[in-house]
Amino acid sequence: MELIQRNLPALVVVTPLIMGLITSIIGRRGLGWYLAMGTTAAVLAMSIQLLANVLDSGTQTVTYLMGNWPTPFGIGYVVDPLNASVLVIVSIISAVVTLYARKSVASEIAHNRLHFFYALWLFCITGLLGITITGDAFNLYVLLEISSLSTYTLVALGRNRNRRALTAAINYLVLGSIGACFYLLGIAYLYMVTGSLNIADIHDILANKVFPTWSTGAPMYRTTVIAGFAFMAVGLSLKLALFPLHGWLPNAYTYSPSAVSALLASTATKVGAYVFIRVIFTLVGVNFAYTLLHTDTVLMLSAGAAILFGSWMAFRQTNVKKLLAYSSIGQIGYITLGFALGNAGGLTASVIHLFNHALTKGGMFLALGIVAYRTGHTRLQDLRGLGRKLPFTMAAFTAGGLGLIGVPLTAGFISKWYLVSSCIEAGRYEMAAIVLVGSMIALLYTWKVVETIYFGKRDENAPVVKEAPITMLVPVLLLAGGSIYFGIDASLTSRVATAAAHFLLGGAP
Amino acid sequence: MNPEMILSLALGVPLLGTLLIVMAGRVPNLREAFTLLTALATFGLVACLYPYVVHQQAVRVELLTVIPGVPLAFKLEPLGMVYALVATLLWIPNSLYAFGYMRANNEKHQTRFYACFPLAIASAIGIAFAENIFTMFVFYETLTFSTFPLVTHKGNSDAVKSGRIYLGVLLTTSVCFQLLAVMWIVALANQGDVSSIDFTRGGIFREGLASNAIDPSIFGLLFFLYIYGIGKAAVMPVHRWLPAAMVAPTPVSAFLHAVAVVKAGVFCVIKVTVYVFGVDTLRRYDQGGWLLYAAGGTILIGSLIAMFQDNLKKRLAYSTISQLSYIVMATALLTPLSIFAAVVHIVAHAFGKITLFFAAGSVYTAGHKTQVSQLDGIGRRMPWTMGAFTVGTLSMIGVPPAVGLVSKWYLINSVIESGRIAGGHFDEIFALVVILFSTLLNAGYFLPIVYRAFFKPLSEADQKHPHGEAPWPIVTALMFTAGLTLFFFFWNKPMMELAELVRRAVG
Amino acid sequence: MQVVFDYYNYWICIILMMVGFYGVIAKTNLVKKALSLSVFQTGILVFYISIGKVEGGTAPVLDKTVDNPAYSNPLPHALMLTAIVVGVATLAVAMAIIINIRERYGTIDEQDLEQLEHETQD
Repeated sequence: MELIQRNLPALVVVTPLIMGLITSIIGRRGLGWYLAMGTTAAVLAMSIQLLANVLDSGTQTVTYLMGNWPTPFGIGYVVDPLNASVLVIVSIISAVVTLYARKSVASEIAHNRLHFFYALWLFCITGLLGITITGDAFNLYVLLEISSLSTYTLVALGRNRNRRALTAAINYLVLGSIGACFYLLGIAYLYMVTGSLNIADIHDILANKVFPTWSTGAPMYRTTVIAGFAFMAVGLSLKLALFPLHGWLPNAYTYSPSAVSALLASTATKVGAYVFIRVIFTLVGVNFAYTLLHTDTVLMLSAGAAILFGSWMAFRQTNVKKLLAYSSIGQIGYITLGFALGNAGGLTASVIHLFNHALTKGGMFLALGIVAYRTGHTRLQDLRGLGRKLPFTMAAFTAGGLGLIGVPLTAGFISKWYLVSSCIEAGRYEMAAIVLVGSMIALLYTWKVVETIYFGKRDENAPVVKEAPITMLVPVLLLAGGSIYFGIDASLTSRVATAAAHFLLGGAP
Repeated sequence: MNPEMILSLALGVPLLGTLLIVMAGRVPNLREAFTLLTALATFGLVACLYPYVVHQQAVRVELLTVIPGVPLAFKLEPLGMVYALVATLLWIPNSLYAFGYMRANNEKHQTRFYACFPLAIASAIGIAFAENIFTMFVFYETLTFSTFPLVTHKGNSDAVKSGRIYLGVLLTTSVCFQLLAVMWIVALANQGDVSSIDFTRGGIFREGLASNAIDPSIFGLLFFLYIYGIGKAAVMPVHRWLPAAMVAPTPVSAFLHAVAVVKAGVFCVIKVTVYVFGVDTLRRYDQGGWLLYAAGGTILIGSLIAMFQDNLKKRLAYSTISQLSYIVMATALLTPLSIFAAVVHIVAHAFGKITLFFAAGSVYTAGHKTQVSQLDGIGRRMPWTMGAFTVGTLSMIGVPPAVGLVSKWYLINSVIESGRIAGGHFDEIFALVVILFSTLLNAGYFLPIVYRAFFKPLSEADQKHPHGEAPWPIVTALMFTAGLTLFFFFWNKPMMELAELVRRAVG
Repeated sequence: MQVVFDYYNYWICIILMMVGFYGVIAKTNLVKKALSLSVFQTGILVFYISIGKVEGGTAPVLDKTVDNPAYSNPLPHALMLTAIVVGVATLAVAMAIIINIRERYGTIDEQDLEQLEHETQD
C-alpha cells in the first residue's frame, strides 16, 4: 500500500496507459469493456485519494519526480488543489460514462473492433489525466496529442451511424493539430528565454529575472515572451473551442458515438480550460497576462460573444445533439469569463462550473444517447412525446436542462451565482447582464426540447420504444442526481473550488 | 413539540403528501384522501405556529447552507404568517373543489395534477417564512416551476403557448431582475455595506446609506429591480402571464392564480419594502415614488381591460391584476397604516377572489359556459353558485357585509390620515382618485354579471339544455369560501392581530 | 539584407510554416491539407533544432580529448524526436480518416464533400 500511495501521481496516468495497451492486445470478446471499467474505477479511486491528500496537507502541493530526476531537469508531476479537482472531475466522468458505454458502444461499433475502441478510450483518458497532472510544459504537449489523436479516431468511429462523423473528425484533426502546434511553438519561445520546460521553473525565471528588467531601460526578451504567450493563448483557445475558434466543435460532438460525445463534452474542453488557467496564472503570471497585455479584455469579449452566440445557435438547431454542442460553446464562455475576471470569486466560479457543467452536460448527452439507442436518431421530432415512453431518461434530461438555465437548486445555479457575484464584485456589470441574458436564451433552447418531449405527439407509425436498459439508465441518473445534489449542497464543491482559486492567486506554482 | 419542529414539519408534510399521492395514483379515492389529509395537516401545523408569532417568540430553522454565507433558513414573522395561513387555509376548500371539478370534467393525468399542488404549497410556505432574500428567491422559483405542469395541464397547443408566456415572463423577470438584485445585495453584504441579507426590521440599507457607502441611486435601482423582479405581483407591464395562466383547470386558477402565486408576489413586495429597503429609508431618500403611479396605472388599466373581457375567467384575471396593485399601491404609500391596509387586503382579496373563481368553475362544470354573455338567467338554475358569486362581487367592490370593505376602509384611512392631502401632495390625491374611480369600475364590470344571472330570462338555446347545480364538493367549497368572506367582516381577530404586528414592525 | 542573412534559420522556419499554413487553409484536397499540416509541423521542428544550436558547438558526446568543448544543446533535439513521432501519428490518423471518407463519399475534395452533406441534411 505504501508503495502505491507514494507513487499515486504517476500511477494515475500510467495505469490507463498500460491498460490501454493490454486492452488492444487481449481485449477481444467483450473483455475490453471489463478492462476499461476496472481501470477507470481504479483511476477514480486514485484521484479521489490524491485530492484528499492535497486538501489535507498544509503545503498544498505534492511534487512527484518521474524516475527521481530532480526538477527542472526531470519531469515532475505536481498535485495541487486545482488539478486534483480537475483529476477528480475527469475520472468521475470517465468511470460513469464507461459504465454506460457498454451497451451504447456495442450498438454503434462493429463487434470485432470493440477492443480497439476501448484501448483508444483509455488512451484518451490517459492523455486528459496526464495533461492535468503534469508539471512540465513539453510533457503536457505530448499528453495533449495523445488525448487528441485518440479523440480524432473516436469521433471518426461514429461513421457507422452517420458518415458525417468522418468529415467532422478530419476537420477536428486539422484544427486541433494546428492548435497543438501553436502551443508547441509558444513553448519554444519561452524555452529560448528561460532554458527550462518546467512550468514552475519557467514562472520563477520569468518573474525573478525577466520581468523585473522590463521596467528598466534594457528590457530583456520582451517581444519573445509576448510572442510565446500569444501563440500559446491562440493554440489553447482552439483546443478549448473558445469563440471564434469553436468551428470544429459542433460537428465533432454531434456525429461521434454517444458515449464519446458525453466524454468529450464533459472532460476534453474542461481540461482545455484548465490548461489555459494554468498558463495564465502559474506559467506567465496574472500580472503579465492581464495587467500588462490586457488578455482579460480579449478573453471577456470572446466569452461574452461565446455565451450569446453559442446559446443563440443552440436555439436554432433542430438536431438535439447539435443543440447541446452549441450550448457547450456558450458554457465554455461562462468558464472563460470566470477566469478572465481574475478575482478569487471568478476563479471559484470557473472551477466550480468545470465540475457542474461536466455533470450537467455529461448527463444530458448520455440521456440523449439513450434516445439514439432506442430510436436511432436525435432529431427534435424523434423526441416527441418521449416523456411518457422514457420517463426516467427524459426526467434526467430535463433536470440537466434546468441546470443549463441555472434554476435554483441545480448545480448550474451555483456556478451562475458565483459568476454573477464576481462580475458585480469586479464592477463588470455588462458581463453580469450577458450571463443573465445567456441563461434566458438557455431557457429558450431548453424549453424547445422540453416542450417537444412532454407535449409533442408521437407519430402513429413510430416504432415502440421502452425505457433504457439499467446499465445505461444508472449512469444517466447518477449524473443528473449529482447535478441536483451539488445544487442543493454546494459546500463540498465550493470548498474545493475556493481552495483552488486561492492557490492560483497565491502566485506560487 | 417545539416550534422549530412544527415549522420544519409544515415544510416537510406537503412533500410527504406528494409522495403519498404519487404512490396512491392508481386508487383515486385514496389519492384524494391523501390530498385532503395533507391539506388539513399543513393548515393545522401552520395554525399551531400562530401563538408563537403573536408572542413574538424568535423561531428559526436553518435547513442547509447552499453556498457558504448564504443559508436556506426560515424564521417566523407576522407578515409571513398572514400569507401562510391564507394559503394553507384556502387549500382545504380548494382540494374539495378540485375533486368535484376534476371528476365531473373527466380531466386526464389527475395524479400529476394532485401531486403538484403540495409542491406549490411547500414553496409558498418556504416563501412565507424565508429568513433571507436568497431563501425567498429560491422558493419563489420553485413555486414557478411546480405550478408550470398545472398551468399546462391540458397539454394542447393553447396550454403549451400559455405555458411559454407563463414561464417566460416569470422567469425572465425573476432571473434578470430579482436574481441580479439578490446577488448585488449579497455582494454589498460581503463588503459590509449593508448590514445583512436577512429580513430585518427597518431594512438593511440604513447604515450603508447614512455613511455614504451606497449611493441613493443604486438603492433606488435595487428597489426597481426587486419590484419588477417579482413578476408574480403582476404590476404592468409584467402582468401578461396571469391571463395566460387562465388556460389551466379552474381549481388551479382559483387557488394558485387568485391566492398562492399572486399573493406570493405581493407578499414579497411588502416583505422587501418593509424588511429589506425599509419604509423610512425609502421615504428619507425619496426613492420608489414611481411605484405608486405604476400600481395606480395598473389598477385603472386592469379594470378597464376587465370591462371588455367576455370570457369570465379572463375578466376575473384582469380584476385580479387590478386588485393586486391595490396592495402594491398601499405598500408604495409608505406609511405604517397603509402597510397595515396592504396586509389586510391580502386576506380580503384572497377570500373574495377564490369564491368568484369557484363560481366560474362551477358554471363551467354544470352548464359548460365560459363567457359572460352566456350567463343570462343562470342564477335561477344555480342559486348557490351565483349567490356566492354575488358575495365575492360585494367583497371586490367593497360593500358591506363583505371583508373587502375592511381593507378598503383602512386604505382610504391611511391616505387621509397621512394629512398630506390637505397639504396638496399629489401622490396622495392620485391614490385617492384611483381608489374611488376603480371602485366604480369594479362595480361596472361585476354587477352586470350578477344582473344577467338573476334578472335576465334564460336564452332559448339554454332552455333546451336543462342543468342544475354543480356536484356537491364544488358547492360545498364555494359556500365555505363565501361564508369566510362574510364571516371575516364580523370577526377578523387573527388577521388584525397579525397586521397590527406588521404595522408595529414598520413604525 | 543583413536581417535576412543573420537570421536565415528563422526565415526558413517562417517560410516553411507559412507554406504549410497556407496549404491547410487554401487547399481543398484533404490529402494536400494533411501534407500541408506536416509541412507546418516541420517548420516548428526546424525552429526547435535551430534554437538548440550553440555557436561552434559539436554533437553533445562526451569527448575527453578536447578541452572545454562547446556542445549543442541536446534537449531540443530530444524533444523533437517525440514531436516527430507525434507528427507521424497525426499524419497516419489523418490518412486513415481520409481513406474512409473516400470509401463513404467517393471524393476527398472538401468542396464536393460540403455539397454532398448539404444535399443529405441529416
